[in-house]
Amino acid sequence: MMEKELRPAQKREATSTSAEGTRGVPYFSPAVDIYETETELTLVADMPGVKSSGVEIDLKDNVLTLQGHSDQTRPEGMTPVYREYKEGGYYRQFILSEIVDQEKISAEMSAGVLRISLPKVSKAKPRKIQVRSA
Amino acid sequence: MAMIRFNRPMSDIFSEMERIRNEIDRIFHQGFSGPSARDAAGVFPPVNIYEDKEKYLLTAELPGVKPEDVEITATEDSVTIKGERKPEDGGEKASYHRRERESGFFRRVVSIPDRIDPNKVEATSRDGILYLTLPKAEDVKPRQIKVKSSE
Repeated sequence: MMEKELRPAQKREATSTSAEGTRGVPYFSPAVDIYETETELTLVADMPGVKSSGVEIDLKDNVLTLQGHSDQTRPEGMTPVYREYKEGGYYRQFILSEIVDQEKISAEMSAGVLRISLPKVSKAKPRKIQVRSA
Repeated sequence: MAMIRFNRPMSDIFSEMERIRNEIDRIFHQGFSGPSARDAAGVFPPVNIYEDKEKYLLTAELPGVKPEDVEITATEDSVTIKGERKPEDGGEKASYHRRERESGFFRRVVSIPDRIDPNKVEATSRDGILYLTLPKAEDVKPRQIKVKSSE
C-alpha cells in the first residue's frame, strides 16, 4: 500500500467580520469533516490548542456556530526563534437543515479535536414503505 | 452563447475585502522581517521554536494524533517527529459531506542550531499540541564569568 504523505494546510483566517476577537488574537477557520449516518450528522473539527472549556457551540435559527478560544501564550521567559504556525482561536459557522434535533446535540473535545453529534429528528429518519400489490 | 455566472453575493466580497485589509494591516504592524506562518516549510506538522538560556522548546500542532502514534528521536543537533494521523472513520454507512481534515504519515526532521542533550529530551502532549523540551548541552550554555578584582 502506498503511504500517503501528510501535508499541512495553511491556516485560513476566519472570514466573517463578526469573528473578530477583542484581544487582537487571530481567529482561524478550522478544517472540518462532516458525515451523515441514518440517525445523525457528525462534525469533526481540528482546533489544536483549545481545551474543552474553551469551546463554545451556539445554535440559533439553524445556524451552528463553533468557537474555540485558545489560551496559548508564549512560554514564559522564552524568546521565539522560529515560527511556522500562528496561534489563535477558531471560528466557523454552518447552516443546518431542519432535520437536526437541536435539543440533543452533544459535543466532546479530545487532543485538540472537537466532535459534535447532531442527531436527526425522528421524522427525518428514512421509513420503509411497503408497496402493496393490488 | 457562453453563460457567465456571477454567483458570489456582494456581502461576501465585502467580507473578503475586509479580510484582505486586516491582513495588510497586520503585516505592516508585524514588519516584514520576522518569521511568519507564510514561511511554513510545507511539511507536517508545523512547528514553532522558542529558546532561553537553558533549553529550546519546540511546539508542534498535531490535533487528533494519539501519543502512541508519534515516535520522537533526538540526536545532538536534531529531532525527528514521525507518525501517522489516522483518517476519520464514520463507519461503513456514513456518507461524507465534507472531508477537509488530512490524514496520513508524516516524518519531520528539525535541526537545532545549538547542541542539545539528547538524553534529557522530554515530550508532552496537550490539547493537540506536542511540546518538546530540548535542554542545551552543558558547554553551549551561556555562562556568566565573574570578574575578580586583584587588589
